[in-house]
Amino acid sequence: MTAATEVDARAIRRIAFNHRLSHWDVKLSPYLYISPFFIVFALIGLFPLGYTAWVSLHDWNLIGGQGDFVGLENFQTVLAQPYFWISLRNTFSIFLLSAVPQVIAAIAIAAVLDFNLRGKTFWRMGVLLPYVVAPVAVALIFNDLFGDKYGVINQLLNTVGLESIRWHVDVIPSHFAIATMVNFRWTGYNALIFLAAMQAVPRDYYEAAIIDGAGRWRTFWSLTVPLMRPTIIFVIITSTIGGLQIFDEPRMFDQYGQGGASRQWQTLTLYIYELGWNQRNFGRASAVSWLLFLIIILIAALNFYISRKISATSDKAIKVRPIKARGIS
Amino acid sequence: MRKTRSIGGHDRRPGFWVYGVLIAVLVGSFFPIWWSFLIGSQDAAAINKNGMIFVPGGNFFANAATVIDSIPFWNALLNSIIVSSAVALSVVAFSTLAGYAFAKLKFRGREGLLVFVIATMAVPTQLGIVPLFIVMSRLGWTGSLWAVIAPGLVTAFGVFWMTQYLKDALPDELIEAVRMDGASMIRSFWHVGLPAARPAAAMLALFAFIGTWTNFFWPFIVLDPGNPTLPVALQQLQAAYYVDYSLVLSGVVLSIIPLIVLFVFLGKQLVAGIMQGAVKG
Repeated sequence: MTAATEVDARAIRRIAFNHRLSHWDVKLSPYLYISPFFIVFALIGLFPLGYTAWVSLHDWNLIGGQGDFVGLENFQTVLAQPYFWISLRNTFSIFLLSAVPQVIAAIAIAAVLDFNLRGKTFWRMGVLLPYVVAPVAVALIFNDLFGDKYGVINQLLNTVGLESIRWHVDVIPSHFAIATMVNFRWTGYNALIFLAAMQAVPRDYYEAAIIDGAGRWRTFWSLTVPLMRPTIIFVIITSTIGGLQIFDEPRMFDQYGQGGASRQWQTLTLYIYELGWNQRNFGRASAVSWLLFLIIILIAALNFYISRKISATSDKAIKVRPIKARGIS
Repeated sequence: MRKTRSIGGHDRRPGFWVYGVLIAVLVGSFFPIWWSFLIGSQDAAAINKNGMIFVPGGNFFANAATVIDSIPFWNALLNSIIVSSAVALSVVAFSTLAGYAFAKLKFRGREGLLVFVIATMAVPTQLGIVPLFIVMSRLGWTGSLWAVIAPGLVTAFGVFWMTQYLKDALPDELIEAVRMDGASMIRSFWHVGLPAARPAAAMLALFAFIGTWTNFFWPFIVLDPGNPTLPVALQQLQAAYYVDYSLVLSGVVLSIIPLIVLFVFLGKQLVAGIMQGAVKG
């Protein structure tokens, strides 16, 4: 008898232990599973951003390391540099030249892809092809196309009787060329995002619009586009965050990589690189990083605010139709 | 079930002008790639005179040989493969695990933490490069591939993507069933979560691979010229041969072949991935 009870007791203890183990398993596993993201983000996202602020308040050399605490001196110096303001202007100019035409073209291409096409997959893959070409490779190809002397684009201009454009000398033409590289790579990608949004519009909305006597254009502008609004906002915000940090294309626009002889196409990220790795001044590079960070957050918030406002007004215009649509179908 | 339709509700096939527009768009997306081969197959004399070039020259292999001799091409190719594969694998592993937890497990703070993950997507982490570089040099990692792999180990986008997918794709009953059979948490993830996540994980791997392969800014800063990835090697090529664009563009062709091949086989999945992500995101 005693042997049996001993075994029982041991078994009960084991079960209790297993039970406790499984309790902790249930409690802790979720945190364990999500922890890699938070650790990596803390180490390579959050910590560097905070540390950037610390570095920006010091004399700090690429080789020599940390120097004296200088307060806001790096910010003052940088804000007094003409190159900072030139870079800021270039960044915005290139961004606007790429973002605006890109979103418009992407919506137009999406609208065409939304037809009941033969060989849908072929066309969709076709517009996405540029996405797999690295920005560096895109930049090298377009550098040649936009060549000042023998470039194809200038030759075409000459053929129709126009003067050659100095793409690598003048400010706006260089921005246009760089924006073209960005647009080449991303327009098709964004078109597919818009296409998905268009296809998510319920079919009976369209039927209702037709019954109401709306033509294609009107349906597109007052039904499809407003319903795609969240997607449009998403694309604009992501392209803002990416676009304001543009580096690859302007870096590769000539072999020197400093944004042109008089910094015609130097962007803020290129400027950060020049300060940090050419002038070896990490303090100033960090100051510009922080300024750019603030600018991006500000613009993203502004974007968000404006698009919210627009959506609030156009919501009223569209509300009536879906209700009607449901009534009919 | 998706109903087929077109704008205005017409289901009939569209007119020729639609295909005309699409052909124009496709020419636009294909022409620059074709152009790199067109110029990459010429010699310096042919491209430095006026007049258009319409047919490929016979110099591509000679150019390619020069490129391979003058930049560490094979080394760069191998590095790109290693770095992109490592990042893709790690992103998928960690994102699937986190996505499974966010979508299917109950724990305190779940909602708040998920919102935090999504919010971090808007943080321009690229602006932390100065401290990142300082940290990497303290660790002695500058010049090593670890410095490129480490920052990409897991992404907010990946976590979000897997969470969204697993929410719908994996029924709670299935997890409960294996749990009733006495499986531990990690075993039930392994036997139920992972198989259900496979389609989305494959797409995520594809995007992570392409994103790392085409990345330039950080590898350019942290890697040594002697041990680059492909985009960094292309930059060296430009610095060395900017006078002879036939050489530069033959290098471009060499560097884009791997992803073009990948695209031919998996482009369909890429299209599907972008469109799914758009609807859910």
